[in-house]
Amino acid sequence: MATAVHELTPQEASAEPVPEAIVVRFAGDSGDGMQLTGGQFTLATALAGNDLATFPDFPAEIRAPQGTLFGVSAFQINFGSTAVETAGDAPDVLIAMNPAALKTNAPALKPGGLIIADEGEFGPRNLAKAGYEVSPLTDGSLAKWQTLAFNISQLTLDAVKPFGLGNKEALRCKNMWTLGLALWMFDRPRDAIVDWLKAKFAKAPELAEANIAALNAGHAYGETAELGTSIRQHSLSPAPAEPGLYRTVTGAESISMGLVAGAQLAGVDMFFGGYPITPASAILHHLSRLKQFGVTTFQAEDEIAAVASAIGASYAGKLGVTSSSGPGIALKGEAIGLAIMTELPLVIVNSQRGGPSTGLPTKTEQSDLYQAVYGRNGDAPLPVVSARSPADAFECAIEAIRLATQFMTPVMLLTDGYIANAAEPWKVPDVSTFEPFPVQFLEEKPESGFLPYARDAKGARPWVKPGTPGLLHRIGGIEKQQGTGNIDYAPANHQAMTDARKAKVDGIANHIPDQEVTLGETSGKLVVVGWGSTFGPIHQAVRRARAKGRDVSHVHIRHIWPLPKNLAVLLKGFEHILVPEMNTGQLKTVLRDELLVDAKPLNKVSGQPFRIAEIEAAIDAALAGRGGGAVPADDTQLPEPQSGLDPGRNAGHAGHVSPQSA
Amino acid sequence: MNDMTPIKTAPKDWETDQEVRWCPGCGDYAILKAVQRTMPELGVKPENTVFVSGIGCSSRFPYYMETYGFHTIHGRAPAVATGVKLANPDLDVWIITGDGDALSIGGNHTMHLLRRNLDCQVLLFNNEIYGLTKGQYSPTSRVGTRSPSTPFGSVDRPANPCAFALGAGARFIGRGIDVHKNLPTVLKAAHAHKGASFVEIFQNCIVYNDDVFAPFTEKKGAAENQLWVEHGKPLLYAGGAKGLAFDQETFGLKVVEVVGGEWQAAGVIVHDETKRALAHLLVEMPFGAYPVALGVIFNAPAPTFESAVVEQNLTASKGKKADLQALISEGQTWQVEKEPHII
Repeated sequence: MATAVHELTPQEASAEPVPEAIVVRFAGDSGDGMQLTGGQFTLATALAGNDLATFPDFPAEIRAPQGTLFGVSAFQINFGSTAVETAGDAPDVLIAMNPAALKTNAPALKPGGLIIADEGEFGPRNLAKAGYEVSPLTDGSLAKWQTLAFNISQLTLDAVKPFGLGNKEALRCKNMWTLGLALWMFDRPRDAIVDWLKAKFAKAPELAEANIAALNAGHAYGETAELGTSIRQHSLSPAPAEPGLYRTVTGAESISMGLVAGAQLAGVDMFFGGYPITPASAILHHLSRLKQFGVTTFQAEDEIAAVASAIGASYAGKLGVTSSSGPGIALKGEAIGLAIMTELPLVIVNSQRGGPSTGLPTKTEQSDLYQAVYGRNGDAPLPVVSARSPADAFECAIEAIRLATQFMTPVMLLTDGYIANAAEPWKVPDVSTFEPFPVQFLEEKPESGFLPYARDAKGARPWVKPGTPGLLHRIGGIEKQQGTGNIDYAPANHQAMTDARKAKVDGIANHIPDQEVTLGETSGKLVVVGWGSTFGPIHQAVRRARAKGRDVSHVHIRHIWPLPKNLAVLLKGFEHILVPEMNTGQLKTVLRDELLVDAKPLNKVSGQPFRIAEIEAAIDAALAGRGGGAVPADDTQLPEPQSGLDPGRNAGHAGHVSPQSA
Repeated sequence: MNDMTPIKTAPKDWETDQEVRWCPGCGDYAILKAVQRTMPELGVKPENTVFVSGIGCSSRFPYYMETYGFHTIHGRAPAVATGVKLANPDLDVWIITGDGDALSIGGNHTMHLLRRNLDCQVLLFNNEIYGLTKGQYSPTSRVGTRSPSTPFGSVDRPANPCAFALGAGARFIGRGIDVHKNLPTVLKAAHAHKGASFVEIFQNCIVYNDDVFAPFTEKKGAAENQLWVEHGKPLLYAGGAKGLAFDQETFGLKVVEVVGGEWQAAGVIVHDETKRALAHLLVEMPFGAYPVALGVIFNAPAPTFESAVVEQNLTASKGKKADLQALISEGQTWQVEKEPHII
């Protein structure tokens, strides 16, 4: 039964201190329900009071051929008794449901880490599909790890036998059996998952019972089976946290709720125009269920119609919002220019993914910063706000709406696939503490006369709803005459209007908070400057470096455009500036250009988040005067589909993967 | 805003102070006048009226209407209009577009606007040419059209706007001619129809495609070449000397001679604007062997998109409170007390 092929050596055992955090990865076929298993384990972990971060990693194909390397779907969770901000570097435990999952995931596992494999899936066919000639469970190739292999498939079939399911249906309960074992290993409660299964299968109680039986059987297996020394129960103390009500939240959820909150604070109803695209669709899904908040959602015929309808809605007096990922944002570009020209409020959410073109639909990247800041025809400035984590996205969505409505401008909100899909605990804020920023529609003709392009002190023009008597006017994409908004091609007018549009957006710097230092001193040897979802690894790396006595600080920028006004002075107080980004150096370029500072890039574009260790190493190098560079792609970090096996299959649709994988 | 009492306006009330800038002799002038003459007859308020246009000569139209107006970007007027109408269904929305704007760059949006049946009027000014970009052939140009981009003549087959609209599921199809006195009648019917009303207006581009429609728009011969259809009336033209009958063999229409007003004996069909199949036959008659069908060709209302959206929004919100604090506190939550608790 259990085959512990490798005993921990004393050296290996002492190499790591008692863990404060543990990284577990569930990996299996894309049909094995790994995302679901991971999601439920996350919930149980949150309920146990641990801090956590997750990283779902799934193939672009909805259902890749069973058992293949490119069909492997994985879910990683890092949880612990101290603050956790990344999904973790190398896993401590790998649960591999088939040979392909083992092959693609084992190289990332820590030496001495634990592999739990479903022996029942290691038959000749699956071994061949994964490219194994001999079973790795028996040939000694896994010697540097601890391996536990047992026939999870058979154990599951035995557990659900009383419920009379067909073989195929019975095997679907495998993931619950595995989850049960994992819950036992980490001393997590099962109640919430039992409740969830009952609710999920309310219409098919026998399926609920079978899944619960599998869950309990897995748990009991851990409790009673003699598994040798390699498997033991871990109990992590809960992470200390501020008192209050907590929940887990994904970026897509928090952006949706933040948009609803922002619209309420502005006192306007929201119109959301969207088009399905990975990984942004989840926002459309969430908002579609929130009609009682005055939200109208519209699934348009394409990305252009999605943004154009949002602009039309803003013109008519609702708050227009649209959302997409890089390729869709490219399609929206011309219409965003129209919103800039007509000076209407609009929020554009970009859940970035690997690019260019269709790129890596399900992988994460930060490579749309240039597109956000510079990516339109003409001199077309707009404010850009970026979220650093799922929880932070809530406030960023509110901020985007504040800027859009107060300054009559489109605003780009940058998030990414990692933030959209990852879950983290969130201390539920008290919404009554948020400062409202009510919109004032112009409803009566001012005494001085009505000018559609008159500007207030902030440079914003009035927002007038069609239907208002006495304020009839026409707007459009052709250059406007100052004040009247009539068509005007005069040279001096175009200069003045271009300047006015720029001044309005630049002036937003006076209405956003000063840049703070997230960790460390306000001057010194080295500052690591980040934006977006690199927050976790940068923060942990800086924390570790500081614990070693290094003079390093962390600055994380939310307002990409315009930049906070104190940023230049702040960054110039450091000898070295290191900018880690999941692109080839885009914020670095903006900082150099805008602030005239010697920002050094640290780049990684493998579709995978930074590892803490990679940034830590770069900090040491920068302090030694060797700043920046590129982090080499690392095939062992996360499972990557084996390319070339299936050319063309995903060429047709991978760009707009169905919502199932979003 | 919901006050439905017809209000009195004069055509002048619908004119702006902007200088109209189309080429002298352009058909757009006549259409602008026809629309400004029609608006008072509709009894609607200028402030509740929104003209949305795309890009092209026709799309300058909103600047000349004393209403709310949005001159958008090429091809996207239907999408912008959809947002306007969904945001405020009380607004009376008119879309002004051209053959390139609606059928080439914006073909996708036109199709979806019509199939969704958004309550609005779409006026497509068809001049079979790209005027604003100086005369390239358009998706409605006939095979052989010589233009700067097709110096040896175009080789691709043109789109038929009304057939396209019917195919997309439009519930109202009207046709008119820029300078013809009947245009306001068609516009009024389009406005009365609740849903997406599609009106093709043959518009003469005096500079790049002059007289392309002259064979049937010229006053001389108009009776022979134009058939103004009317619901419940026989499909007669040429002063009642000719009519359209159903041809069993070709499953189409055929021209029949009517002698002594005996149209029934000649088998002439009575126009029924609710019959989609008849509308298809009428809009696809090749000119030459047949007259050009004009007027209200199809009119069969169905529930509109925005009303369905509003209704679903209301139904889905019924009994639910817009409680933001409750929303963000939903799902699996846990309370952290002052001291971290150990499970």
